[in-house]
Amino acid sequence: MNKIGLIIRREYITRVRNKTFLLSTFLLPLMIVLFIAGTVFLAMKGRTNHRIAVSDENGYFKDYLKSDSSIFFDFTPGIDTLNYAEKNCSAVLIIPILKEGAKTIYRLKYKKQLGLANIDDLEKRINAAITDHLIYTKTNITRSRLDSIRSASDIAELQTFSDEGEKSQASSQGLSYGIGYVCGFLIYLLTFIYGAMVMRGVMEEKTSRVAEVIVSSVKPFPLMLGKIIGIGAVGLTQFLLWIGLIVVLVMVAQAFIPHELLQEVNDIQQANAMGNASMARSSDAARQIFAVKQSIQHANWLLIIGSFIYYFIGGYLFYASLFAAVGSVVNEDPQEAQSLLLPISMPIIFSFIIMTIAAQDPGGPLAVWASMIPFSSPIVMMARIPYGVPTTVPYWQLLLSMALLAGGFLFTTWMAGKIYRTGILLYGKKPSWKTMWKWAFNAQ
Amino acid sequence: MNLLEVHHLKKYFTTQKAVDDISFSVEKGAIFGLLGPNGAGKTTLIRMITGIFYPDEGSILLQGKKFNADADSARIGYMPEERGLYKKMKIGEQAIYLARLKGLSASEALSQVKDWFIRFEMQSWWNKKIEDLSKGMAQKLQFVTTVLHKPELIILDEPFSGLDPVNANLIKDEIFRLAKNGSSIIFSTHRMEQVEEICNQIILINKGKKILDGTVSRVKQEYKENLYRITASPLPAQDQNEIFEVLSKNEQGLTLRIKEGHTPNEVLRYFIDRQSGITAFTELLPSLNEIFIKLVEGTSLSRQFQPVQS
Repeated sequence: MNKIGLIIRREYITRVRNKTFLLSTFLLPLMIVLFIAGTVFLAMKGRTNHRIAVSDENGYFKDYLKSDSSIFFDFTPGIDTLNYAEKNCSAVLIIPILKEGAKTIYRLKYKKQLGLANIDDLEKRINAAITDHLIYTKTNITRSRLDSIRSASDIAELQTFSDEGEKSQASSQGLSYGIGYVCGFLIYLLTFIYGAMVMRGVMEEKTSRVAEVIVSSVKPFPLMLGKIIGIGAVGLTQFLLWIGLIVVLVMVAQAFIPHELLQEVNDIQQANAMGNASMARSSDAARQIFAVKQSIQHANWLLIIGSFIYYFIGGYLFYASLFAAVGSVVNEDPQEAQSLLLPISMPIIFSFIIMTIAAQDPGGPLAVWASMIPFSSPIVMMARIPYGVPTTVPYWQLLLSMALLAGGFLFTTWMAGKIYRTGILLYGKKPSWKTMWKWAFNAQ
Repeated sequence: MNLLEVHHLKKYFTTQKAVDDISFSVEKGAIFGLLGPNGAGKTTLIRMITGIFYPDEGSILLQGKKFNADADSARIGYMPEERGLYKKMKIGEQAIYLARLKGLSASEALSQVKDWFIRFEMQSWWNKKIEDLSKGMAQKLQFVTTVLHKPELIILDEPFSGLDPVNANLIKDEIFRLAKNGSSIIFSTHRMEQVEEICNQIILINKGKKILDGTVSRVKQEYKENLYRITASPLPAQDQNEIFEVLSKNEQGLTLRIKEGHTPNEVLRYFIDRQSGITAFTELLPSLNEIFIKLVEGTSLSRQFQPVQS
């Protein structure tokens, strides 16, 4: 036991003291933020403004079809299918006479794809234009009246609550999705990063032949366990540092919010507390900050962070011993590791894919099943938990999943330990799957 | 009192009988040579003695008690043929770490490491890493880490390979000193001249079986071929006789083999009778190298794989 402690200490200290640890602790979050900001930026910038020529035989679309920054409708006469490209339009819309009570086909011709979102948008605008036209012509209402009704009707706002028996909890689907996705993604990433670290550590011991020296002092199993636990502790340290980093960043960010805005947010908070839901006076920015603040306050952080740590450790332990077993059977050639890693990385990647589905549909059968099976539960369950326990994830599911994961990693560690024990001292040919199976499941 | 006793040890792998019924014993304070050609089963045998492998059959006794890999690892120091240390770890820390894995306390480990580093003039290496060391330097460090915890049994697999003569002598002196202080040393090598110089006792194994066991002088006696060298002048003109046959001849003297049933005295008398002035007469004992080659030769050079019937 004392020896395991020594091994854990060595694995932990040599890694934490390493410059790459500090660098990765601060650079990884930065890179994730840059990555997200980058994709958002590109998505915004990538939205090109389309200029669509309209050839309308009805004559009224000119009045109803609304142009904006993303789509501009050009009603200049004389543009047709032959010359729209020369006139700087990306597409031409041809609307024949629409007969009442009959489906009529209108056409869009383009040289370059407009994109799915734009087509949807276009269809909506055309339907709205037809509705507006019909309301205007079939009733006595004036245009200005119609417009004012439209703007006055935009007064309802959806707020969702998760039902927890006697009390209801304000919830935010968007935020739950975001937290779930980020948690699942992080576990996916950390499992790979630290799993690979375990594998490299084992390979280093094997190729530098230090394994034989160590194994004459300590049995292989405690050696493997010490390495796994030591590196796991490095991961946990990194995670806690990240939480600290986030807290600091949030505080810094708050310092940059103007004082008046904060005052306004406080006002809303007070008004809300007094049961006065009117927010008419407050500005948009204040309302948004309030909404984010409220949903962050309502998210069950203790539960989320607690179960994150459990699933991170559980998932890591489940896979780390398998990574260690792979490291123990390969020789110097990293190519060998590649092919052996496939059966380990496939379930992890697969879990990630299921996780993206589960984050959107946390109660679906796929999400429920995948969050029970230890192969995928660490990643998938973390996508479901932010939606609420015990509403979306009943207690029995959470407990069963946790128990299965614990059983799972005990099993993989036991099995991998037997492969590791033989593999670490074996040089030469890479063993076949059959031989490894024998090592794992045949007594001695 | 035997420090180590090995009885009928067997270890079969799927394609080979790596160690096939080997027994031997090592006295306290002895330097014991474990000899054998490549692939004879030396490493497997050593791995069983160090507790890395479990034997299939047979028993290992350490000071009369059954060997227990966990409890007894502190009493054994093992330097494998393929040297291994953590490349990226600082040398001082590494030595302490390895000593502590053998059960030394932190303060004990520190003082031992310091002692040895001073003895081997390695103090300036403390904060260096293995990757900064030359092969010979790493070798010295490996030796130090092997004996740091004052093991009763030290197993050295080719300890001199890669060392220059100065450092080889340094290690050799340490081996003698450790043996004098009561440690037993098992010394595995192919270099026979080193064995003759260092070892008291040897065993030779080939193809997993022990084929020779004894002290160096007894083994030499056993394999001697009654060869003698005589220096005399004038040499008798006639070489042919029933007492000995001449193997080679030059200005100074003869190398001869005494025939069955005759003694060196008869040879001397033969020379004296012929008025030959004898200046030297010595027995030529075979070198271990010759014995080794004689015993191992004839068996196929590389070990063939054979299926194990069990």
